[in-house]
Amino acid sequence: MYAKRWIVAIGLFAFWACGVQAGPVIEQWTAPQGSRVLFVKAPGLPLLDARVVFAAGSARDGEQYGVAALTASLLDAGAGEWDADAIAQRLEGVGAALGGGASRDSAWLSLRTLTEPDKLAVALETARAVLVQPRFSPKDFQREKQRTLQALKQEEESPADIAENMYYEALYGAHPYAHPASGKPETVARLKREDVKRFHRRYYVAKNALLVLVGDVSREKAAEIAAALLHGMPEGAAAEALPPAPDNGAGTVLRKTFPSAQTHVLSGAPVLPFNDPDYFPLYVGNHILGGSGLVSRIIDEVREKRGLSYSAYSYFQPQAARGPFTMGLQTRNNQAEEAVRVLNETLRAFIADGPTEEELAAAKKNITGGFVLRIDSNQKIAETVAMIGFYGLALDYLDTFSARVEAVNRDDIRRVFQARIRPEAFKTVVVGGEAKTD
Amino acid sequence: MKILRAAVALLSCLPVLAWAERPAVHEFQLDNGLKLLVKEDHRAPAAVSQVWYKVGSSYEHEGVTGISHILEHMMFKGTEKHPPGEFSRIIAANGGRENAFTGADYTAYFQTLEKSRLEVSFELEADRMRHLRILPEEFAKEREVVMEERRMRTEDQPRAKLSEHFAALAHTNSPYRNPVIGWPDDIRAITVEDLRDWYLRWYAPNNATLVVVGDVEPQAVLELAKKHFGPLPPGDLPALKLRREVEQAGERRMTVKLPAKLPYLAMAYKVPALKEAQADWEPYALEVLAGVLDGGASARFSSRLVRGGQIAAEAGAGYNLYPRLPALFELEATPATGKSLRELEQALREEVRQVRDKPVAQAELERVKAQVLAQEVYQRDSMFYQAMRLGLLETVDLGWQRADEYPARIQAVKAEEVQAVARKYLLDEHLSVAWLEPLPIEAGKAVIESIQETGHVR
Repeated sequence: MYAKRWIVAIGLFAFWACGVQAGPVIEQWTAPQGSRVLFVKAPGLPLLDARVVFAAGSARDGEQYGVAALTASLLDAGAGEWDADAIAQRLEGVGAALGGGASRDSAWLSLRTLTEPDKLAVALETARAVLVQPRFSPKDFQREKQRTLQALKQEEESPADIAENMYYEALYGAHPYAHPASGKPETVARLKREDVKRFHRRYYVAKNALLVLVGDVSREKAAEIAAALLHGMPEGAAAEALPPAPDNGAGTVLRKTFPSAQTHVLSGAPVLPFNDPDYFPLYVGNHILGGSGLVSRIIDEVREKRGLSYSAYSYFQPQAARGPFTMGLQTRNNQAEEAVRVLNETLRAFIADGPTEEELAAAKKNITGGFVLRIDSNQKIAETVAMIGFYGLALDYLDTFSARVEAVNRDDIRRVFQARIRPEAFKTVVVGGEAKTD
Repeated sequence: MKILRAAVALLSCLPVLAWAERPAVHEFQLDNGLKLLVKEDHRAPAAVSQVWYKVGSSYEHEGVTGISHILEHMMFKGTEKHPPGEFSRIIAANGGRENAFTGADYTAYFQTLEKSRLEVSFELEADRMRHLRILPEEFAKEREVVMEERRMRTEDQPRAKLSEHFAALAHTNSPYRNPVIGWPDDIRAITVEDLRDWYLRWYAPNNATLVVVGDVEPQAVLELAKKHFGPLPPGDLPALKLRREVEQAGERRMTVKLPAKLPYLAMAYKVPALKEAQADWEPYALEVLAGVLDGGASARFSSRLVRGGQIAAEAGAGYNLYPRLPALFELEATPATGKSLRELEQALREEVRQVRDKPVAQAELERVKAQVLAQEVYQRDSMFYQAMRLGLLETVDLGWQRADEYPARIQAVKAEEVQAVARKYLLDEHLSVAWLEPLPIEAGKAVIESIQETGHVR
C-alpha cells in the first residue's frame, strides 16, 4: 500500500475543471478499543473496503530485520479456532478477499467484501480473528520463514532488487529504513516464533492502529463494523516516533557488477517527511523534472531525445522520517555512463534555473485537472484516506490540495530545490554488466 | 508502453455480475465501420476512453515479430497535424492519463480524463487512426527504447526468458509461439516501410472498437464520435487467414539453463478457447477447473502443495477463455526449499490425475462460484477494467455480450463437467514441460567511489 510511488499517487489530487474542490467526505471517530476510525460512505456498489494500518513496518524490526514482514505474512495462516484452510474457505466461500503486507513505515490488512448481511458477517468475523488472534503455529512459522528466505534469494537474481537494497543501505546507514522491509537472509534465518509473537503483542494493538472503512453502509453500521472488527484487540500503546533520517553525508557512487544486459541506476538522498512545509513546491517541481510520464524533462532527455532507456524518472517518496528523493533508469551496459551524465545534467539545470513559466502552468493543469482520477473508485479512496490518517495529514487535505498546488510559483520551486536537493551529497548505485558492445 | 502478454491473469479473474443490477452497454456503429460501446458509470465525474485495434503479435508473420508493439510506440510520435510528443502534452495539460498496450490479439490505446475532456481524447485518437507520420529519425530512437524494454522485461528476467522459450516449444505453427515484444533480430530489422505498411493495413475505423465507460451520456458520446471519427475513411482490410495450431503428438520437454537463484517449472496442455470451441460449455468448465486448482488461498494448490505438502513455495494455474486462437492451460510452480523440480512436477501431475479421476467436491465448486459473483461486483469499482473487458471481447470477435453471460455460464458448470474436460484435454500427449535450472550467478565486484574525486557522478 505504501508503495514506491506514493508521491505520484498523491500528486494527482486536485480539483477538476469545473472548479469543484472537494474530496470525499471523511467522518472520524474513536472505536471503543481506542483506534482511530476514518469512514467514507460510498454508495453505488454493494461492497465494503476495510483497511487496518499499524505503525508496525520494518522500521520497527530492531536488529531482527524481517520480523515485521514475517508477522504480517503469518496473520492469515491460522487464527482463533481456524487454520489457514478454514480461514481461506470461510473468506472465499463468501467471495471476500483479504490482503496485507508490511512496508518500512506500516503493516496493514485489507478486506474487501460484499455488504449482503450474511456474507459481511462471515468476512468480518474471520478478519477479526486474523487481526486479533493469529496463532503463529510452529509449522506455519517455519513454512513462511522458508518462503521468505526463498524470496530473498530470488531477489539476488534481479539487478533491480539488488540496486534498490544497496541504495537504501547507502542512504540510511544506521537508520531503521536502511534494511529491506522483508529482511536479510542472515537475520530472517535467526528469527524465532517467539519474536513474531512478541512483535504482534507490541504493535498490533488498538492505540497503534488506524481503521479505514469505505463502502455502501451507513455511519451507524460503520461504527458497528469498526467495533466488531477490532473486538478483543488490546489497547496497548502507539509506537514510538522513529529517529530522524541521517543528514546527507558525502556523495558516493557504489558500483556492483552483475551479469545482466542492462545497468540499473538509482541516485538520490533522504529528503522529505510527510507534513513538510516544502512539500508542495517540491512535489510540483518534481512533476516537471521527472514525475509526469512521457512529458517530464528527464524522460524527454533520456528517452525521447536519446532513446537511452524505456523508463527514466524521479520521485519523492515522503515517509514518516525523511523519505528519499530518487532518480532512476536502466539502460544497456555500454551506455550507462552517458545515461547517468544526462540524468545529472538534467537535475543540475533544473536546480539552477527551476522550471519555465510554461512548464509550471502545464504541470498545474495536469495535477489539478486530474484530481478526480485519484478518487474515482472505492479502492483508491480507501488507500488515500489510509495515507491521510496514517501520516496525520489534515482531514481537509484533499479539499485544499488544489489551492496549494495553484499557489506554487517558480521562485518557490527554485528555492526549495536549491535548499533541499544537493546532488553533491547523493548516493548513486550502479548495478549491471561490464560495458561491451551490444 | 506496456505489453499485456498473457491475458490469462487478467481474464481468469474477469467475471460479470449476475444478481446486482447490470448497467447497460450501448452499442453503435458508425457508417465507416467503427464500433462504439458506451457504458455509464456515474460514481465519479470521469471517463475512460479506449481504442482497440484488431491487430497484435498473433497477426504477425516470421521476420516482423514485434511490429505491432513497435507501431504502438510510434503512435505517440506525431501525425500530419501534431508533432512528436504533442499527443502526450495535450493529454497531460488536460489532466489526463494515457498509455497503450499490445497483446497477442489486440493493440489498445487509452486516456482517462475528467468527463468534460472526453472530446480531447476523441480528437487526438481519430487523428492518429488515419494520419500517423512515421519519421525515420523518431523510429531510430524508438527502436532503441524498445530494445531497452526487451532487455528489462525479458533478457534480465530468468522466468520471462523461460516463458519466451516455452511458448516457442509448446506451439508448433500457432503465432502464439512468438513473443509480443518480438525476437531481437526482428526488432532490429523492421524498417519504416514495414511499419507504414502495417499501419495502413490495420489502422482503420472498420478494424477498431471505441469503448467509453464513465459519467457520460451515450447519445452525446455517439455524437462526439461521429464528429471526430465519422469523417475517417474505412480501410480495405485483408481477410484473416486461419493459423490454428496443428495437433500435438506427444509430450515435449525442455530445460532452460540461465543464471538464476531459484529453479522453476512450467507446464502447459493444449486446450480449446471459447472461440471455435466444439462444445461451448467446455471452456467454462476449464475456467472453473483453473479456479479449483488456483482460485485463492483455499484452492488446491495453496492448500495442498504450498501449505499441506510443502512441496511448492508458489504454484499457479491459468486459463484464458478469450484468445482468438486455441491456447493453453498452464501450470507453473517454484519448488519449496529442499524439493527438486522432479518432485514438484510429480506433485503437479498428481493434482492433474486427481481432477481427471474424481469429480471435484461440491464445496470447492461453490467457492469458485461465490468468488466469481463477488469479483463481478468488485470489478465494477474500476471503470478502466470494465472498458477493458468490453474492448477485448469485441476485438477477438466474440462480442461484448459474452461478458454478460459469464456469471450464469460459470454458475451452470457441474462437477462432472469439470472432470470431463480434465479427462479430455489434460493429456500427456498434449503436454509441454519446461524446467528452469539455475546456473550460478558470478559474484559481483563492488566498488565505492567518492564523488569529490570526480567532481560529479559519472
